[in-house]
Amino acid sequence: MNSQSCKRNVVLLGVVLAAAMGTFGEFGLHNAGAQSTKATKAQSLPSSARNPAQTDGEYLARAGDCVACHTARGGEPFAGGLEMKTPFGTLYTPNITPDPETGIGKWSPDDFWKALHEGRSRDGSLLYPAFPYPSYTKITRADADAIYGYLWSLKPVRRRNTPHDMQFPYNQRNLLMGWRALYFEPGVYAPRADETPEWNRGAYLVKGLGHCDACHTSRNLLGATVKDKELAGGLIPLQDWYAPSLTSNREAGLGQWQISDVVALLRTGISNRGVVFGPMAQVVHDSLQYLTESDTQAMAVYLKSFAQSGMPDDPAQIRPTEGQSTASFESGAKIYDTHCKSCHGASGLGVPPMYPPLANNQAISMEFSVNPIRMVLFGGFPPATRGNPRPFGMPPFSPSLSDQAVADVVTYIRQSWGNRGKAVNAADVARYRTVPVD
Amino acid sequence: MPQSRRLLVVVGVPIFMGATILRAADGGIEFSDTLEQRLIACAACHGKQGEGIRANEYYPRIAGKPADYLYRQLASFRDGRRTYPLMVYFVRYSSDEYLREIATYYSKLQPPFPAPIPPSATKEVLARGEALVRKGDPAKGIPSCAACHGTTLAGMLPGIPGLVGLDPNYVSAQIGSWQRGVRHADEPDCMAKIAGKLSGPDTSAITAYLATQPRAPSMVAAPDTKEKLPMACGSEPR
Repeated sequence: MNSQSCKRNVVLLGVVLAAAMGTFGEFGLHNAGAQSTKATKAQSLPSSARNPAQTDGEYLARAGDCVACHTARGGEPFAGGLEMKTPFGTLYTPNITPDPETGIGKWSPDDFWKALHEGRSRDGSLLYPAFPYPSYTKITRADADAIYGYLWSLKPVRRRNTPHDMQFPYNQRNLLMGWRALYFEPGVYAPRADETPEWNRGAYLVKGLGHCDACHTSRNLLGATVKDKELAGGLIPLQDWYAPSLTSNREAGLGQWQISDVVALLRTGISNRGVVFGPMAQVVHDSLQYLTESDTQAMAVYLKSFAQSGMPDDPAQIRPTEGQSTASFESGAKIYDTHCKSCHGASGLGVPPMYPPLANNQAISMEFSVNPIRMVLFGGFPPATRGNPRPFGMPPFSPSLSDQAVADVVTYIRQSWGNRGKAVNAADVARYRTVPVD
Repeated sequence: MPQSRRLLVVVGVPIFMGATILRAADGGIEFSDTLEQRLIACAACHGKQGEGIRANEYYPRIAGKPADYLYRQLASFRDGRRTYPLMVYFVRYSSDEYLREIATYYSKLQPPFPAPIPPSATKEVLARGEALVRKGDPAKGIPSCAACHGTTLAGMLPGIPGLVGLDPNYVSAQIGSWQRGVRHADEPDCMAKIAGKLSGPDTSAITAYLATQPRAPSMVAAPDTKEKLPMACGSEPR
């Protein structure tokens, strides 16, 4: 079974390797050599932004969400074996328990650092960027050592790594050199002097351990994150979910969110503005709910600092929200009245934080309609967290509503109460009805 | 806002860990801070009372099944021992505590059973089904269903589910799932072993016979007899 948040990185592998094919050569080799000289330049964060609990290896491993990818469903935590299917073959995550034969029991702290900071395995081979070392390179040496110490404190689990099953040429790891030369820049997060310790702590968590950009930043054709589109949203092809922009106010843009809403969403999975489902439910369940309030607050402060405010809408997206008279909209209104109103209300206000508002909810009206379509088709439960141990669920409507009916009601929701999303059609719904949901 | 909002003030409804008070509700909202409200997502397929949806073999009756059984199934969907995608999606990020609470809730519900389905199978098939259900097939090493699922076939506490009131295709699909290795119970997986011994005609005979069995309005799982079962079952240790 695939863990959700891992897949995004895998998707990139194909394009990554395709890029490598074109650039493999002296340049790649030269740059790879240059990386190792930078590697030991560890920096520490301002001490005022930390507390003792946050230097704890278990805590940091939670923040990095290591367990999500390094655990097979129903398997021993950190013993790996999670299958990650890609169009180019299948990867199996490795065992990172301290078993000497099958895990990282022979790894030194330097070996571990090299993996996180340089994306190289103990034997020097290049790691596939499904392992998010472009983010983990920002982790400090002290934190890397603490995580190493935590992993070493675990019970060794004997589970031999399943060999990757990648097709040629994707099984040629050296081809990654070219891509690394172009797009991978090792270096610990450098705090910005003109920002507060809280902001810097948030940036460190978001850009480093949290590897948020793995999903929330779109990639160029070569599979690298686009620098000027940092956290501006990205479609997750193999998962068929869209990770909304954290900057644009047309999506999950946080410009209109209170810091407290962001903190609530990250720590509990629900908030007065929205609720997490899909891959983000996993992230909250396995990782973010365990972070301290000050750390999630720091992340929120950092994220909100570059959120846009009052950005003009793309004219192509604007649709009238009054006087709708399309047949689809009218039909959707009736379906909404029958199936949706009892929880989300006639005016789309919902019962926050249990039932999120649909009015003025950018996750509903953003350009990519996959998330609202999926929500209507499959419903779901937010993650059970310490802050929300008994979540309220949403029913799936795939058993009872036709593609056209789902399209109608999603169109209605996307174009009511001030929402200004594009209409969706039955073909859009049909496409997502059969996606894997587990 | 272009539309007029009808704001209903709901006073003093404690919600969400008691941390906040529901201040206002939108028009048409029916909300209560109850487990039933939390589980309306489940009702879409299993019915408001867990009675199941008869037209679909994949939406079985869950009401009145032993809590221990229901909990194990929910945990199995979460942990990879069972595979129905929508169920996996629903419980993937749930907790043991919440799943136990949900299981207990449905175990206590007693909605009416649907009327038995008039038999369409031949007398011979029903006779074979009756023999397997009531006596088993010692020659093939198949114990009777009734030995574990109770003489009324309403299950046995603490963890053996009832077999009446289920769609024959659902029962057949579960036996098939064990045969194909996509449904698992805790080891030793007795049902996997039994399913492995059932032929296609035997499975059809069992499901046809089960469908004709009477169901009392208040049919509940039999008490735990503490007796040794015909086979060792990891999900029902004795």
